[in-house]
Amino acid sequence: MKTPLRMPRAAVAALTVVALTACGSGSGSSSDGTVTLSFLMGNDQSTVDTTKALANAFTQANPKIKIKPEVIAGGSEGDNIVKTRLSTGDMADVFWYNPGSLLQALNPGQTMVDLTGDPVLKNVKKDYLPVVTQGGKVYGVPAAAAAGGGILYNRKVYERLGLKPPTTWAEFMANNDKVKAAGVTPVITTFKDTWTSQVMVLADYYNVQAAVPTFAQDYTAGKTKFATTPAAVAGFQHLAEIHAKGYMNKGFGSATNEQGLKMLIEGKGAHYAMLSLTLPPQLASYPQAATDVGFFGIPGNDPAKHGATVWEPPALYIAKTTKHLDEAKKFLAFVASPAGTAAVTKAVPPSGPYRVEGATLPANALQVAKDLQAYLDRRATTPALEFLSPVKGPSLEQITVAVGSGLTQPVDGAAQYDKDVAKQAKQLGLPGWG
Amino acid sequence: MTVKVAKQAKQAADRQVTGEQAAGRPASRGGRRHGSYPYALYAPAAAVYLVIFLVPTVMAFYFSLTRWTLFDSTFVGLDNFRDFLSEQNLRIGFQNTIVYAVVTSGLKVVLGMGLGVLLTGSLRSRGFLRSVVFFPVLVSTVAVGITFSMLLKPDTGLVDRTLGLAGIDGRDWLGDATTALLSVALVDVWKGVGLATVIYIAGIVSIPRSYYEAVMVDGGSAWHRFRHVTLPLSWPATYSVIVLSFIGGLRTFDLIWTMTRGGPGFTSDTIASIIYKQYQAGFYGLSTAGNVLLFIVVTALVVPLTYVLGKRQVVL
Repeated sequence: MKTPLRMPRAAVAALTVVALTACGSGSGSSSDGTVTLSFLMGNDQSTVDTTKALANAFTQANPKIKIKPEVIAGGSEGDNIVKTRLSTGDMADVFWYNPGSLLQALNPGQTMVDLTGDPVLKNVKKDYLPVVTQGGKVYGVPAAAAAGGGILYNRKVYERLGLKPPTTWAEFMANNDKVKAAGVTPVITTFKDTWTSQVMVLADYYNVQAAVPTFAQDYTAGKTKFATTPAAVAGFQHLAEIHAKGYMNKGFGSATNEQGLKMLIEGKGAHYAMLSLTLPPQLASYPQAATDVGFFGIPGNDPAKHGATVWEPPALYIAKTTKHLDEAKKFLAFVASPAGTAAVTKAVPPSGPYRVEGATLPANALQVAKDLQAYLDRRATTPALEFLSPVKGPSLEQITVAVGSGLTQPVDGAAQYDKDVAKQAKQLGLPGWG
Repeated sequence: MTVKVAKQAKQAADRQVTGEQAAGRPASRGGRRHGSYPYALYAPAAAVYLVIFLVPTVMAFYFSLTRWTLFDSTFVGLDNFRDFLSEQNLRIGFQNTIVYAVVTSGLKVVLGMGLGVLLTGSLRSRGFLRSVVFFPVLVSTVAVGITFSMLLKPDTGLVDRTLGLAGIDGRDWLGDATTALLSVALVDVWKGVGLATVIYIAGIVSIPRSYYEAVMVDGGSAWHRFRHVTLPLSWPATYSVIVLSFIGGLRTFDLIWTMTRGGPGFTSDTIASIIYKQYQAGFYGLSTAGNVLLFIVVTALVVPLTYVLGKRQVVL
């Protein structure tokens, strides 16, 4: 898997669903002038709920256009289905996919409709556009809310132990000490779902760019490495340190993301390095997740430079093979409008702010969304590295598991990741990687 | 004394086996002579074989030499092979693959033979037990993997609970680097031993009773019957079990993937799981190169194995 953004989808059921849903996309117009748009998306609950809400609200406003959802597997299974369908010209009219580094691999210039300068983009926030742009052309609109990557923490536990959210790593470790003394797991770790292990490294990117502002460009050009940038190795060291101090839950090697979230919400664990977008699906069983779980960015060394790393929302794209371009554009324009985000909010409480002008967080928004909004208001955020650079090694999650389990030294882990990245850059044929 | 007699019995048996083989060949061939059907009748099968096997295989050899994104491919010569061979965890993957193949095929031979002997003996509920032993073979591998992942969970899994009753502190079998690969190998044995047993049962049942009677007349014990009759005369079965499970072990993927995904870290990666991860990452050319290499490695290991084991069969 290449990116943590799609991680929740991979978490469950990827194995079984592929076979059932891999084929067939129907779209067409019937005699009474009704047009049916096919719409392809991944199978995790919040994606399905979001698209259902969008489709219903859109069809209510435009009774002549129906949306037919088609659910495929998530994770890298889903990547391969999307790639295959696009390359064989068999893609649905509209599809849901990641922005950033994963989009680059879809060859958008050949396979998707160019939306540059189109009124579809009228309401999309300007700072979102770079992540759906390739070669100067824009291809997508944001389909959901942004998410924060950092530490989710249990506010009840913090209240009981009289702790306050840390702004430096040292404070964070001091908090962990007190949490452990109180008999609560300090840092929930769930290495069965390997993707969860990389959050500690990827969400540390705010601190990396605070120390080395040109890291993303230099890294893309192959001029700088993780292993030779102390601020970038820090993420790996954090993992090793947490393991060395025994802050992890028992059986962390076999624990899943689902179990980790439960531990966090129930207060059996205090911290969980995670993306805030994993929280809304838990609300059905644990309404207290809305108020009891808070968010802070992974702390660095300088309290004055504390901030958070943001995961940009996934996007909707139009396949070049569509026969209903006007209707598809109409749908995308609706999705990227305040009316669209309002429809989404009703179905899936946002785990962060929207990337649409005029869209606001509801008053009863999740605590994690409010916490993330506070970072945005202070302008103390940066997008994760995968939204700034097409370079992302596929084995990071295995390397972080190895480092976090004490099998590999942090510096060796960073060096292994550099090699992994070089392999990916070569496979992408990026300049400067020979 | 008895040992010597048993040896004679074995020699007699040897002659018998080779004799049967020599006699068996012409008999089985006599029925259908070559060329009795027109070649045109092979055409449908040949077409299917060509389209879904030969063509993709040849294409795979070509794509292994390209950088392939599904949208386009660039010819890069042997770069993919070089990159695959310099893959950081390939050495662990190779080691694990060999360990896995040896452990699973070894245990399947030993347990399969043991169960085979047991289930050909005069046991009361023999038929029922045979079905029980064979049952895991029928279950889908992925289902087995998921089930055992649950059973092997730390603390709450059935295995650790049972151990807990006996006062043993269980561990995180699949999440611990030292036990992950072996745990998966043992599950593979549990699933595959039924097939090995059936092969052994067939082999043992086909041994003529007279040899056992000869040993008994000479006062040989059950051990002598096993050591000097069953063991040598079930060699063809052993040979089949070793070859089948060794190849299976080398290619193993489904169980590893459902239970550990090669983890924790890279500690239970096998060649097949490494290849699959390249495919997942979208490195189609690279993973195809890995598959071509796996094909060569399996061939390089299995062809000599078949040769050696086959030779032994003739000598016997």
